[in-house]
Amino acid sequence: MRPSLPAAPTARRPPALPALLLATLMPAALLLGGCSPIEPWVKPYEREHLADPIMSFDRNPISSGYMDHVFETREGARGATGSVGGGCGCN
Amino acid sequence: MHLRARWLAAAAFGLGVAGHADVLPEDRTDVLYHRYDGGGITVQGPSVLVRKKFGDSFSASYQYYEDLISSASLDVLSTASPYKEKRTQHNLNLNYLNGSTLYSAGFIYSSEPDYKSNTGFLSVSQSMFGDLTTVSFGYSQGWDKVGEVDHGVVVQAFNNGIGHANANHRTWTLGVSQVLTRDLLLGLNLEASENDGYLQSPYRPVRYVDPFSIKGYTFGLAVAPNTRSGSAGSAQLKYYLPWHAALDGSYRIYGDTWGIVANTVKFGYVQPLFTDLTLEGTARYYWQSHANFYSDLYPYQDSQNFTSRDRELAQFHSLTLGLGASWEFHPGWPHWVDKGTLNFNYNRLHISYQDFHDNLIPSLVPGDEPLYAFDANVMQFFLSVWY
Repeated sequence: MRPSLPAAPTARRPPALPALLLATLMPAALLLGGCSPIEPWVKPYEREHLADPIMSFDRNPISSGYMDHVFETREGARGATGSVGGGCGCN
Repeated sequence: MHLRARWLAAAAFGLGVAGHADVLPEDRTDVLYHRYDGGGITVQGPSVLVRKKFGDSFSASYQYYEDLISSASLDVLSTASPYKEKRTQHNLNLNYLNGSTLYSAGFIYSSEPDYKSNTGFLSVSQSMFGDLTTVSFGYSQGWDKVGEVDHGVVVQAFNNGIGHANANHRTWTLGVSQVLTRDLLLGLNLEASENDGYLQSPYRPVRYVDPFSIKGYTFGLAVAPNTRSGSAGSAQLKYYLPWHAALDGSYRIYGDTWGIVANTVKFGYVQPLFTDLTLEGTARYYWQSHANFYSDLYPYQDSQNFTSRDRELAQFHSLTLGLGASWEFHPGWPHWVDKGTLNFNYNRLHISYQDFHDNLIPSLVPGDEPLYAFDANVMQFFLSVWY
């Protein structure tokens, strides 16, 4: 029986300092950043275009609601359109 | 005899994509006439929507909607006679604004001779990050009666022995509206739904091969599962173009436990002209796969546990092209009216089925009939007044 050789010692290098700093500071920065208020990147005085009626997702709810009804009564899919319907929808 | 069981559509309750949680909806009244004509069906009728604020924190809206239906569709001509009937719907919605939070609650009641539907909904919407983001959450619950007693006469009796069957619906929605740049908006919507009860149409029978029939097939009762869960997600972008126009595009995906997967893509363009006229064009493409248990023709009666030939559950695709025009006016009288618009919208809808055949066209071999397709004209004419 051959005597077992002692295991060769594994060389474990300490992590590099920049990597250690990065691993510690990044989560800390993210956490602390969550405490500071988010500055609006579009200022109120820059919202002229967004306030134009043509930029509304739903300019005429009575009309879009009707079209949703037309589609939902003929299709298997429904929902995620931004409206509420009701009834049988038999047409 | 036309009824087709369905559950309620529900989503962000008007607050998700389009919402602004720090303002109440505008005071306005809309009076609309609608007409749908296609596939042997004509549906027309009026609708009125009134919205009014009360103080700085409350607003209410009421909508009346009516369908006058005249049907000689393929389904009707296959097993029944053409019919006429009326459906009415009432919507009541209340809003309460508190800071940047908008609370909404409402109720919808829909009635027709063989279908009664009640739906309640709640939603809350919150603006944040300097009003760049609006998040909304909603819940709705519906209770339907299918085959209601009409004027003392049982229109349709179902297996629970009390003259009607029940269907229940629950829906959860989450919506986010996000300002991306000074010219670009993003809207996201998620919706999950649960449905149980009588979820099929008693007026859309299945057909199966019958060698003893002259046509080679016979119609029989459909049997659909009594539960159905679905989920849908959508994303929408809207962009302001430098020459005072707006372009939008949206995509929606849907899937449910019956095996239907559907995709919807839509584009729109809005162009104001001169000072009073606004033109709009839209294009919408829809495609869906069929339900797991759907078949146009079964090999024999009761060949599987669940069966359906409801073409809403078939595989098909559709294309809708729309044009709209709106003329804005500012009347001097009455003095409390700020402005009004006259609007006309026209949509051309084409649906082409990929596994639903036109059984009214004779064929030597059942199932060899041409695939069914139809076109429809959808028109809306409405007057809107802001005050």
